[in-house]
Amino acid sequence: MIKTDILIIGAGPTGLFAVFEAGLLKLKCHLIDALPQPGGQCSEIYPKKPIYDIPGFPEVLAGDLVDNLMEQIKPFEPGFTLGERAETIDKQDDGSFIVTTSKGTKHHAPVVVIAGGLGSFEPRKPPIPSIKDYEDKGVAYIIRDPEVYRDKKVVIAGGGDSALDWSIFLANVASEVSLVHRRKDFRGALDSVEKVEELSKIGKINLITDAEVVDLKGDGELESVVIRHKEKVRGEEIKDTDHFIPLFGLSPKLGPIANWGLEIEKNAIKVNNAYDYQTNIPGIYAIGDVNTYKGKLKLILCGFHEAAIMCQSAYQRINPDKKYVMKYTTVSGVSGFDGSRKEAKREVVKSIN
Amino acid sequence: MSDVKITIIDREGEAHTVDAPTDMNMNLMEVIRSYELAPEGTIGICGGMAMCASCQCYILNFEHMLPEKSYEEEDMLDQAFFVEDNSRLSCQIPINSGLDGLQVKIAPVSE
Repeated sequence: MIKTDILIIGAGPTGLFAVFEAGLLKLKCHLIDALPQPGGQCSEIYPKKPIYDIPGFPEVLAGDLVDNLMEQIKPFEPGFTLGERAETIDKQDDGSFIVTTSKGTKHHAPVVVIAGGLGSFEPRKPPIPSIKDYEDKGVAYIIRDPEVYRDKKVVIAGGGDSALDWSIFLANVASEVSLVHRRKDFRGALDSVEKVEELSKIGKINLITDAEVVDLKGDGELESVVIRHKEKVRGEEIKDTDHFIPLFGLSPKLGPIANWGLEIEKNAIKVNNAYDYQTNIPGIYAIGDVNTYKGKLKLILCGFHEAAIMCQSAYQRINPDKKYVMKYTTVSGVSGFDGSRKEAKREVVKSIN
Repeated sequence: MSDVKITIIDREGEAHTVDAPTDMNMNLMEVIRSYELAPEGTIGICGGMAMCASCQCYILNFEHMLPEKSYEEEDMLDQAFFVEDNSRLSCQIPINSGLDGLQVKIAPVSE
């Protein structure tokens, strides 16, 4: 069981900055994120894109902002549970919470902060009506163990990097690999595209372009896919396969958090913005893009503000009897849990004789 | 007059003719959001960077008057579902005076 003062769900810029504000109040944080790296959308969707409205930064790349935040919070030694999605929350008799992830990791904290942005990033599922019937019965959206595909027939759909890379990898594992893509153009890294072309020429990858998988067939288990060609005269073909792996990237979903009993409006969590961004469940806060209130702006800078306010309230919740006033870092410096200390240079009074 | 009339058919099939300003540096996705014609969180998820396809629309007229698709838009549409020949990412369509009378239909949400 991981124990911490503030458990933050979502390691995007807002969640990361909350670690700093909590650290100033001597509260320790642990973050959970479904993605394998911190940074949320900034790392996953647009790391190389500039942001112009971070106060004090005329221009900063999203990826650099995340790197800077990680550097800023380093003294406060946050813990991370990455690549796992927060699934369930259980309120304890003492008012604290246990949050369990998709992999069963348990986290215990008196305060839970949801900084989940648009939700956790989940694989995009193609709109094939029967696809749900074959999930884990031949259809997978993520390749967990490539050995599953040894000496099997595999159909991969998609035109991006993961479709290309897995086609190349599985060409040496599976008995047959077919790559179905809607166009002739692929948008992956150039050497991956070239490698697929090469493998297709020597018959190791069966490349099917200008085509789409439109239906799945099989009695219980997947037995074949129906491929529709763009060229009308070629029509549809039925292709026997053991596995179908659609790889169409990730899209964010609010996911299990939507079932935690929180008040949801417009795909976001309603909070009390007159005070501390607490949700309808005391002890659970929501900050950043995941929350909503009258006048809400989904901006990183607003998430930072909400993080600071939330931490003051969380401090009072954790330490109900302690008095505290907000301090300026310029005056008080920053004392890390790692023993590091940052402070403004003191003026020296020394007489010159 | 700096507004143009645009007809937007929502995902339920209902047509809305709305005023879209040409002087606010807005794109079609933002117009749809400003009139709340699609639920928050189901449109413009990436914020208008042509990096998701949640703002996909079918262009019903004026297709020749729109800017060419960028490499990013082509690529994104390539990964999207329910794509037709007249599909565009509405975040890549700036509102200008030439678009008075434009008609579009919002593409379905994909899972």
